Amino acid sequence: MALTESPSYGAISRRRKDGGRALIAAATVLFLAVGLFQALNSAGLVPLGLKDWRPTLYAFLLWSVALGGGMVMMRGEAGLKALFILPAALFTAAMAIFPTLFGLSIAFTDWNLASFTGQKFNGFDNLVQLVRDPFYWNAMRNMVIYVLFVLVEYAVAFGLALLLNAEIRARKFWRVVFLIPLMLSPVAVSWMVGKSMLEYRFGPVARFARWLGFNNPSFFTDPWVARLWIEAMDAWVSIPFVMILLLAGLQAMPKEVIEAAKVDGASPWQRFWQVIFPLMLPVSITAIVLRIIFKLKLADIIITVTSGGPGGATDSVSSFIYREYRDRSNVGYGTMLAMFYLVVIVIFITLLLKFLRKHMQRMT
Amino acid sequence: MAAEATLSAPTTADAGAGARRLKHVAGKVGIYAALVTWAFVSLFPVYWTITTSMKVAKDVQLGHLIPWVDFQPNWLGWRSLGLSPDTIGQVSTVRDEFLDRFLNSIYTAFGASFLAVLIGSLAAYGLSRFQYKFLWMKNQDLSFFFLSQLILPPVVLALPFLVLYRELALLDSIIGLVLLYTLTVLPIVIWIMKDQFDTIPIELDEAAQVDGLGPWGTFFRIILPMALPGMVAAFILSLILCWNEYFFAALLTGAEAKTLPVMVASQTGSQGINWWSMAALSTAAIAPLVVVGVLLERYIIRGLTAGSVKG
Repeated sequence: MALTESPSYGAISRRRKDGGRALIAAATVLFLAVGLFQALNSAGLVPLGLKDWRPTLYAFLLWSVALGGGMVMMRGEAGLKALFILPAALFTAAMAIFPTLFGLSIAFTDWNLASFTGQKFNGFDNLVQLVRDPFYWNAMRNMVIYVLFVLVEYAVAFGLALLLNAEIRARKFWRVVFLIPLMLSPVAVSWMVGKSMLEYRFGPVARFARWLGFNNPSFFTDPWVARLWIEAMDAWVSIPFVMILLLAGLQAMPKEVIEAAKVDGASPWQRFWQVIFPLMLPVSITAIVLRIIFKLKLADIIITVTSGGPGGATDSVSSFIYREYRDRSNVGYGTMLAMFYLVVIVIFITLLLKFLRKHMQRMT
Repeated sequence: MAAEATLSAPTTADAGAGARRLKHVAGKVGIYAALVTWAFVSLFPVYWTITTSMKVAKDVQLGHLIPWVDFQPNWLGWRSLGLSPDTIGQVSTVRDEFLDRFLNSIYTAFGASFLAVLIGSLAAYGLSRFQYKFLWMKNQDLSFFFLSQLILPPVVLALPFLVLYRELALLDSIIGLVLLYTLTVLPIVIWIMKDQFDTIPIELDEAAQVDGLGPWGTFFRIILPMALPGMVAAFILSLILCWNEYFFAALLTGAEAKTLPVMVASQTGSQGINWWSMAALSTAAIAPLVVVGVLLERYIIRGLTAGSVKG
């Protein structure tokens, strides 16, 4: 089925090929021209009276359509096949690659939306400021801690998956119940748990803590306690995800292997460590890597519950940058922080994948 | 087996079987105790929120937990949202705002999920069936390219998009959010759908080709109907992720396109401890997803496990 060029529709005529090429060329010229005039317009050189960049956007859409049409004209069936992947590829390029590159150009400027002086190139000043910013490195340190907690989440999730895989009645019921936290929005959870259940006077958790003998339970004043509660809320929402992956792994495991271990007289403890755990390693590592990727985006709960407090103890990089923008409108510096973070996590994930690749389930 | 042992060797084996049975029962009790404990952990916050929406100040302060036993349910919280039985027929600005945000959430979540499943399925089918080569990238690299977008944290895109959307007049618009949400769920959709298409035998495509259907005819007439369960799974998972998204919505929307999570988050700051109305709002915000979760659990699990676990 490996078809790059398909002979089945016969040769494509020279005229059709030229037509396709001309179509793409014309659309490209149009797109570039619109872009150029827009740039001149916004620079104030050619006053066209355009208020926004919408015309360029429409020109890009037109160009995309022409590109697809031109490909079909030029390459026939191979073009039709390329048409499957083209929308997603162009969409990703326009929505992820271009904004990231655009972000890079912002990252090296001094740009505060609140001040009247506009965007100004300032070289590596933002990077120097970043290196010296203790709050940013504090947030980075917190991310390391949050990521390490993934292992705890994994252990709990594995326990739950084993429970659901045991011989129990109403398995589906328990599975649905355990899955419910995954459905809930982190913002709603922030209120439900962070702001009301953990409220220090009337919250049920505070009441329970007092009943246990703690005099003045407060959950967001001590740095470590606060961090643990943020992590607990995030874990509560995401453990079901890891659990479902592990449960699927357990159910896909060949029954004979476990039966054989049973016949050999291995105790449940030995069965787990010598048979189940090693067999589950590929699924486990896949689940952990995915969970780490999501963990690196952690922000919502922190923004809504603690705003990074006390004293930045719970800050994640995302929530820190969020405030850098929201409170200080510091677009240039904030973007540099985000870009630096992106570089760090791309390196981290790449190394992680390289290191773990041979143990993982195939992902692509 | 235990009974047999009792019959044949009454003395020692009986004791052994008894101990084993005791251990078995203890194990069962342990398992169910653990299940109940985690069910409590999973459900208590939801229970707490729903019951709190029916409390008055006194019940909150005294820590009452069980309706009708230690407190009398009250519509106070729902009344402040304009959603209690006695206010449902009347004009309510709070309810109008809530419904507006609710609709915004529905439009963005459905719009983005639809768009992502549409272009994601096409790309996944292409990657599953054809050999592409773009510059140096072959299929494997292209798949990785799409999947790698999952790593991109929202915070990297948020500020560039703020500037870009301002220039494009897409700030505070539903279209703008739909496009961004499509981007965030697209890798997941492609992943699920590629897994789905890989399980459909390629002979079906070949047969359709022989019948004279082109690649698009094959896709729409033969393969798409078979891939429907995977598409539903991808759609529902996207729906959940988009419905709950807060970061982009908080930065890129204002008065017009604000979604439900932004409304919930903004209320926590301004209203002090107006617990009952916050609880009612939270309940209303999570209710649709709890219903989806309970009814469509099969699809959610299918979506979550696609590609990562090979049976």
